[in-house]
Amino acid sequence: MEFFRNTNIDFLGKKWWFLAFSLVFSVAGIISMAVRHHKTGDWLPLGVDFTGGTKVYLSFADARNEREIHSALSHAGLQRAVVQRLSGGDTANQLVITLDEKDTSQAELSKGKNQIIAALEGNAPAGKQNLNNNDRIGVSAVRDALVARDPLHVGTEEYERIARQVIDARNQSPGGVLKSVDDLKGVVPAPVVESLKQDFFTSNFAVRRADIVGPQVGDQLKRQAKLAVGFSLVGMLVYLWFRFELIYGVAAVVAVFHDTLITLGAFSLTNQEITLTVIAAILTLVGYSMNDTIVVFDRIRENVKLMRRESLSEIVNRSINQTLSRTILTSGLTFLTVLSLFLFGGEVLRGFSFALVIGILIGTYSSIAIAAPMLVAYQQWRARRGSGAAPVPVAAGKGKVRAKA
Amino acid sequence: MQRTLLIKTVVIIVVLLVFVFGIFGKPDKFSGDGLKQAVLNRIHLGLDLKGGMHLILQVMVDEAIGSETDRAIEQLKDEMGKQGITYTDISKPDPEHAEKIVIKGLPIDAGPKLRAYVGDYLRQYSVTSGPDGWIVSMNPSEAASLKEQTVDKSIEAIRNRVDTLGVTEPLIQRNGMGKEQILVQLPGVDDLERVKGIIQSTARLEIHQVFNGGAPFPNEQVALAQGPIPPGQVLMHASPIMGNEGTPDQVYLVSKIPVVGGTDILDARPSTDEQGRPDVSFNLTAAAGQKFAAFTSAHNENLPDPNHYLAVVLDNKIREVASIRQTIRDRGSISGGGFTDQSAGDLAMLLRSGALPASLHYLSESTVGPSLGADSIRSGVKAAIAGMLAVLVFMLIYYRGAGVNANVALILNLIILLGFMGFFGATLTLPGIAGVILTVGMGVDSNVLIFERIREELRHNKAPAAAVDQGFGRAWITIVDTHVTTIVSALILIFVGSGPVSGFGLTLTFGLLANLFTAVFVSRVIFDAVLNRKQRGQALSI
Repeated sequence: MEFFRNTNIDFLGKKWWFLAFSLVFSVAGIISMAVRHHKTGDWLPLGVDFTGGTKVYLSFADARNEREIHSALSHAGLQRAVVQRLSGGDTANQLVITLDEKDTSQAELSKGKNQIIAALEGNAPAGKQNLNNNDRIGVSAVRDALVARDPLHVGTEEYERIARQVIDARNQSPGGVLKSVDDLKGVVPAPVVESLKQDFFTSNFAVRRADIVGPQVGDQLKRQAKLAVGFSLVGMLVYLWFRFELIYGVAAVVAVFHDTLITLGAFSLTNQEITLTVIAAILTLVGYSMNDTIVVFDRIRENVKLMRRESLSEIVNRSINQTLSRTILTSGLTFLTVLSLFLFGGEVLRGFSFALVIGILIGTYSSIAIAAPMLVAYQQWRARRGSGAAPVPVAAGKGKVRAKA
Repeated sequence: MQRTLLIKTVVIIVVLLVFVFGIFGKPDKFSGDGLKQAVLNRIHLGLDLKGGMHLILQVMVDEAIGSETDRAIEQLKDEMGKQGITYTDISKPDPEHAEKIVIKGLPIDAGPKLRAYVGDYLRQYSVTSGPDGWIVSMNPSEAASLKEQTVDKSIEAIRNRVDTLGVTEPLIQRNGMGKEQILVQLPGVDDLERVKGIIQSTARLEIHQVFNGGAPFPNEQVALAQGPIPPGQVLMHASPIMGNEGTPDQVYLVSKIPVVGGTDILDARPSTDEQGRPDVSFNLTAAAGQKFAAFTSAHNENLPDPNHYLAVVLDNKIREVASIRQTIRDRGSISGGGFTDQSAGDLAMLLRSGALPASLHYLSESTVGPSLGADSIRSGVKAAIAGMLAVLVFMLIYYRGAGVNANVALILNLIILLGFMGFFGATLTLPGIAGVILTVGMGVDSNVLIFERIREELRHNKAPAAAVDQGFGRAWITIVDTHVTTIVSALILIFVGSGPVSGFGLTLTFGLLANLFTAVFVSRVIFDAVLNRKQRGQALSI
């Protein structure tokens, strides 16, 4: 089976179309970033990792609407809280509550989170603890409560075993929410359930995850992320310079920069949060997008030696066509895996896999439509300036080409 | 040809066995659960999969500098008293620079004496004269190493505490990106709030002499109204736990320098007081015991001195005030009620594990609940299987015979990747699973690259053996190039990133390294084996 055989598409002839396409997407992204910068002072929709703040992921036992939750939080003094519904198949009844850095106290980091929990618990029965609060109630707390009441007249070790069953049952119930203490009937003996009822109640929600970042760490992470992206771009430039020629490195880095810009633009346009894992995805893209570019460049270098009489634009066109099958196939296969990550990978990886899905599409496009045409444009520009006595910036001329290539 | 092929096959089988061992180790049982347990013993789940807590703490190192210079001030006062040198004030005027002591109003001839004394007995300090007096400041190198030591000691103390909590596989280390920060990762912890309290608790137990009898002042104003505080004494607040009806802010006048300091505690354990309530008893080190015995035989109820009261102070709050009945050698207790069995046990543990040299502040905290971790594993595995199946099926349909070859190489690639992780005892995070999935996608790239090249050569009417040879030869350089670029990105992630992100970089790097072996070497051997069996001129299934 073969999808492409002896294609002969004039890619360079369509460079104006490519340019227009890239410009439209880059500019759309930049405009959306500029609008955001004007409104909020930030260029990108940064997550609490970078801005500092509190983010609490909750799962509820039943359907909730955002407004109802928001008003409960407002009553507790958290007017600026942002309540969002999680999107995606497996995330029914799940909400995210975000507090900005002003509601996140550096002196008492978990204050905002505890305020949210208290506000949503509402009127907790006096003297009872929330069995669904997995921050406070674990095996040891349940064990101690049982030991104190001693419903079965057995030893501490036996209560510890029962407590572990209770906690496991809670953690394995949907969303980690026990609807009532009575749900434990059948898991542990009835007298234990009766005893637990006297010490515990159940809220209709549980905290799935909480990220609280103080401003200092946020700034550190921001700096770290910028450094990482910068380092990898420079690293690629140096590697390509070393392996090919400077202009090849520059062309590849421009293409990768273009990919990064459009991917970030997509986050800005769809208003998805940029977290630390998204930055990881973007770094991976930098490497991956370089892959395709290198394959095309390798072939160009090989063909420059073979086709001495043809012009560079013909060589580049031929090289792109020769590698087209493999470029589309490899990107397509990687895209398949990334797509399965996006579809099935769950809420935590949503942003990460979104970046990869966009990035792989754009990265493949850019190696064909940006990086290779840039080489030709550079050569034509040199020819016009008349300085290029040699018509082709022959990579092979450096004598770095191996016998096999 | 046959022989080398055989050797290569043996190499591949050995590698396969080694890495299968890397994944499983020596399982106790060969049942499904036994194998699962064996894998989990070698490849650890990160805390985003297991649930747990990730904390970044700031060590307030200036406090350690501050207590060091406090000691120096006491020493200087003593010495100046002995030599009869007068001065108007000795203090640390700038709270931002705790390493700087200023002495005002010294007579002119005292300068050389001060220099001589500091040179002999306070070697880590240097003396300069400033506009408003003499400045004795800690040398910068000395201050820096004290700060380093403070962070190291804090890490040590946290480790001791976490170990006694029975947390498995905790990670406690310096946080690379910030100064004087500590990163703590506690997977599978289920009572986060208590653990956080235990880590942060300074647990500095001291015993001070009390100067206002056994009766407290109801508040600070009343205490200050009694007249100026005598030198060497300070006001100290009582902990709210001390039964105090109607006067929430009791204050005592106590000695500034403790009789028993934070480092003098040898052992501590939970016990019960005379009324059967939980309390904590402790033993002192031999040296501190002697000092304490001398002090308590000089100040006790049987002597005329009214200052025969002691305050047990925990983290700068008085927990108990008691009269000294007789000479006490090396034991004491913190009672006075307010303990539960658990809090008494926790405090005893904290005292045993040693005081923190400076207090800690939480800078960031993220917690993953146990139910999310389980869901993440489920969705991660689902995505991995779906992605893998899609790739395997596609390769079979598109390349037929050679597709089988690529799929064998791909599966071997995964085994080596997981084996690597097992050997290194690496931690698998959710982004790490994504790295595995991405390895599948990128790993198969190498095969595609080679196969496309072989097909191209075949189209030029080359014989199958020559085409395979050319295909591998020409694709090799490209494969190295593409792997290097991705691995450069992944390495940056390992070194610059933290936690889950570096887990992703790790799996991606391992996966691509293994891919160089499987996609090139293994695939080639399979091709050679197939070609060997074929008649000359028979077509290759690709």
